[in-house]
Amino acid sequence: MSVEVLESGFDPWAKLAGYHGGGEGREKSGATAVFVGTMRDFNEGDEVHGMLLEHYPGMTERHLEKISVEARGRWELDDSLIVHRVGELQPGDPIVLVAVWSAHRKAAFEACRWLMEELKSRAPFWKKEQLSDGSRWVEHNTEG
Amino acid sequence: MHVQVRFFASLREKAGFAERRLEVPAGTTVAEVWAQALPGEPLPDNVLAARNMEYVALDSPVQEGDEVAFFPPVTGGER
Repeated sequence: MSVEVLESGFDPWAKLAGYHGGGEGREKSGATAVFVGTMRDFNEGDEVHGMLLEHYPGMTERHLEKISVEARGRWELDDSLIVHRVGELQPGDPIVLVAVWSAHRKAAFEACRWLMEELKSRAPFWKKEQLSDGSRWVEHNTEG
Repeated sequence: MHVQVRFFASLREKAGFAERRLEVPAGTTVAEVWAQALPGEPLPDNVLAARNMEYVALDSPVQEGDEVAFFPPVTGGER
């Protein structure tokens, strides 16, 4: 189980390949579910040129660890990995990687989705979008 | 007693500072820490608070040495 908050850019696929030696020791895990979130260049009808992602050092990591532990209580998981960016981002930059290993796909898919939703709704991250005519804090999540 | 108050994101910009050490009377609640840190500034409806990096209710009491943080709703993005 691993949680990482990064100040600079990362390649989610390289992270995944490098985590615990990639496929090594994963013979029990018949299922790997992976989610990668990247920065969009639009939001609420506006073109977004960049984003500043702020977090609460200490609390953010603690929260991500807490939901990782909770996921292992809800599903039979072999392992999980969460990597999240903070700082200055450009459209197309990877923001988040969530990977879950389990014996079977149902647990892997469900836990991966659940971790993402928990992360989005409760983990302390705040976005400030850079628009053509200034910047704005994003202060709500919309259904979708 | 003393607490460390911290603000994040838009609330930090509104407060004009990121953190400050405050002297507060015994029995002070989280909401009262806000009022003392930002006199005259109403507590926003959607504000979230943490005490020692755990989410906490606004009416819960604080203790000596606590770190009390206020922040706007978190924004991980659309579903």
